[in-house]
Parts: sequence; structure tokens; C-alpha cells
Amino acid sequence: MANENGKRPTPLLDELEKGPWPSFVTEIRKTSDVSPMCDDLLGQLELSYEEKKGHWKHGGIVGVLGYGGGVIGRYSDVPEQFPNVAHFHTMRINQPSGWFYTSDALRTLCDIWERHGSGLTNMHGSTGDIVFLGTKTDELEPAFKELTEAGFDLGGSGSCLRTPSCCVGPARCEWACYDTMKLCNDLTQAYQDELHRPPFPYKYKIKCAGCPNDCVAAAARADLSVIGTWKDDIQQDDAAVSEYVANGLDIQKDVCERCPTHCMSWNGEKLTIENRECVRCMHCINVMPKALLPGKERGATLLIGAKAPIVNGALLSSVLVPFVPAEELQETIEELNKRIWEFWDENGKNRERVGELIQRVGMANFLDAIGLDPIPEMVTAPRDNPYIYFQEKQASEEESK
Amino acid sequence: MPAFEVNGKTYNVDEDGFLEEPGVWTKEVATDFAGCEGVTELTENHWKVINYLRNYYLQFGIAPMIRKLCKETGFKLNEIYAMFPSGPAKGACKLAGLPKPTGCV
Repeated sequence: MANENGKRPTPLLDELEKGPWPSFVTEIRKTSDVSPMCDDLLGQLELSYEEKKGHWKHGGIVGVLGYGGGVIGRYSDVPEQFPNVAHFHTMRINQPSGWFYTSDALRTLCDIWERHGSGLTNMHGSTGDIVFLGTKTDELEPAFKELTEAGFDLGGSGSCLRTPSCCVGPARCEWACYDTMKLCNDLTQAYQDELHRPPFPYKYKIKCAGCPNDCVAAAARADLSVIGTWKDDIQQDDAAVSEYVANGLDIQKDVCERCPTHCMSWNGEKLTIENRECVRCMHCINVMPKALLPGKERGATLLIGAKAPIVNGALLSSVLVPFVPAEELQETIEELNKRIWEFWDENGKNRERVGELIQRVGMANFLDAIGLDPIPEMVTAPRDNPYIYFQEKQASEEESK
Repeated sequence: MPAFEVNGKTYNVDEDGFLEEPGVWTKEVATDFAGCEGVTELTENHWKVINYLRNYYLQFGIAPMIRKLCKETGFKLNEIYAMFPSGPAKGACKLAGLPKPTGCV
């Protein structure tokens, strides 16, 4: 059964090409003159839609010599029907910090993948890496050789340190509280062993966000989230505030009332911020970027334990170190990781993320093991939390003051 | 089922080249499979890793976690990669005749 163009009909997938939005079916079809893999890929997907059943086998082990990660093995369970996708391995390529490329670099990458794979790419996967979709086992080493010659390297997969990723940071954003791209690159270089040769019970992700807007979703997905923040007061330009008012911004309604801690007030002329109460939510700064800026004493908060919902449920990260000055980040993170990995490697079960381990053993035991003291900043709302008791001694000291 | 032919012998293997029936393993299997995993010569150290994996598998039915392998054999992870260039999961486990370790993406 074939269409007049000699191709297998795909009525169910064709539905996905209708409508004004982008379609992965259209994009894969466009690449079908590059590689015969594309038609078989669509054919197998059509079959999956018909049968409501996936046709990729789980968990191939393939790779390049010297590395234990970076390639995700995929095999079809119907290779007789779709011989061109009998192997359809994915390669992860370490992205440049902030995802900046010259057009030359992009062309080089695409050319390499047209020579050694399906030509299909995913720029970028949710890990942050460049994702090369679909190749055969025999093509892995030649593709890897060309990639390294062009200055690229594989990213992390499996129980590796996953490729560290970051937001564009100071390259394009005045809110960046530290140089996210430098930190991301420095960490990548420092952890080449952990990135390429899986040493952990399961994956470990580091994501560096320049400010609490968290454009890389570090708080939601990174085992170690590095989120930019500031220690002093929000920088305020009163003339610019007035300009926003003149242009019709309702400061009371759109700024003050939306502040989660109600730390700002507007008397019709002046905006007053009670900076001690600010929780760095970024709302006011996002609304009035010309009038307000993060403070000048900048650094980052380190948080631990987030993960997306795979294997077990999702977790958000929780504060480990409330503030690290920008220039001390690299050193602090390396020391902290050393201690976290030691405890996790020793106590983690197979495929247990560090956040799940903390849930299992308790935050108090975890902190004890990595040598940090518990502090109020680690608790979401310390003033409301009924589980925090004042010790008798502390209370009587307070009274005598 | 793919077959792997070497030195006049034929082994039934899966698509990644792992032995289909771990029970048929002998020391000869390790020697026969070494070449395709980039191992040129099986030294005493190689055997230490292979035997540890084999015994752990026979006892527990799975491959050990990487931390345990390093600790028990006394080799650092990069030393294991130096011995088995395709890594402990793909290289060492294959030579030890373990079924394919269940990896994750």
C-alpha cells in the first residue's frame, strides 16, 4: 500500500499537519529527502497511533569509547516493517552556555548530523542539550569524532551529572545577579569526569538562573538549583516610577497589591519598599523594569532536591544556602557537591534522586551528613511554622531583653 | 535474534551484544567478547572486575551499583574505564555475561 509518491499513507499523522500551528510531522517530512529514516519514523509512529501502542524498545546500551553517557539507545520492536529505524539512537551534545551559536557552528552541527544520522535535531531538549535524533550504532564513533574535531562534546545521560545549563544571564539581561554563563561553563569543565562517566545512583542536574525569575526552571528540575538574588535593597529610580504612573500604570493595584508579602506601599507620590520583608519574587521589578532593579550586593541562593515527575512524583527544591556572594559561587558549589555526592552515593538507592533521598532520611539527617546547620531560611514560612519551637532558654533570654 | 560469531563459535546475543542466556557463560566468553569492547588483553585486574560482577550477579540477580563495584574491587571509576573503554555497564558487564543492565535515559 503506497501513495502515488511511493510513500506509505499516514492518515492519522496527517491530522497533525492541519491548523495554523507548527507541526512536528511537517518538520520530519521536510527532512525526508535527507534521510530515509524519516519516512520510516513517521510510518512507525502512524502504526503506534493505529494500535495505541509504542514501538520503541526500552533501554539500549550504546555509547562511544571512553564515555558511559551521552548516547541514548533506541531500537524498534518492528524492525522488519521499518528497517531504516531498526536503530534510532539519540545523541546529546553539550550546548554552549546560554545557547549562543554562530551560524557557522549551527551549519557545522547540522552537516555532521546529515552525514551520520537522520538530520533531525531538537534544539534544545529539556536538559538543555542539543539533541541529535536517530542514528545507527555504526555511526556513533564517526559522528563523535567529527563533533569533537569541531569543538563539541557529548552531554550527560543516565546516572551522570547532566550537562549543566543556565539562562542567558548578563549577556542579555540586566537582572542577572551573577555571571550564569561563566559559572555554567566552569562547572562543566570542572566536572568532566562526572559528566561522561556515570558515578551516581541516578541523574544529578545543576541549573544556573541569574535571578529569581528562574528562566531555566532550576527550582523545578535541578537537583542543585543556583538562583541569583541580592542581599541589599531593590534599586529604585523615583523619576522612572513617576513616568510609569504618567503612562497609566496603577501602582497600587498592579504592584503593591500583588506583592506576596505586601512589603511596598504607594501614597500617590512615592513608592516605599520595606526591603526587609521582600522575598525576591521579582514581580515589581518585572512590572517596572525601568524604575526598579535588583540590589547591588549580588550573589545566588543554592537550593537542593528538585525533580520532574519521572519514576516518582515531582519535587520543588528547597533552600540549602540562602546567599553566596557571586565571586564565591564556584568554590562553594564544588565543596557542597563533594559532600552531597558522598552522602548520596553511600546511601542512595538505585535510581533515587537526591531530593527523594532527603525525603526518605529527613532533611535534618541530610544537613547533619553534609555538615550544614539548619537555619530559618530553609523553611518556607518560618514565622508561621508550628514545627519550629523556641527553646525555653532562648525564650527567657528574649523576655529578659 | 542476532548472533555473534567469533573464533569459530556462535553466541546468541541481544541487539546490544549482550549474552541472551547468562547461564551459558564461561571464562571463554569474556575472552571472545573482549575484542568488540575495545579490550585488547584481559589482565588480572580485568578478571578481578569480571569475577566480582559475575559473583554479584549470581548472588543477587542484578548488576551492582557503580559505587559498590569501585569500592569492592578497589578501582577508581576512571581506572575501570581505562580497562574497559566502553564502560562498566556496557563493557565489563557484557564480558561478565550479565544480561543488559537496565539503564535509564
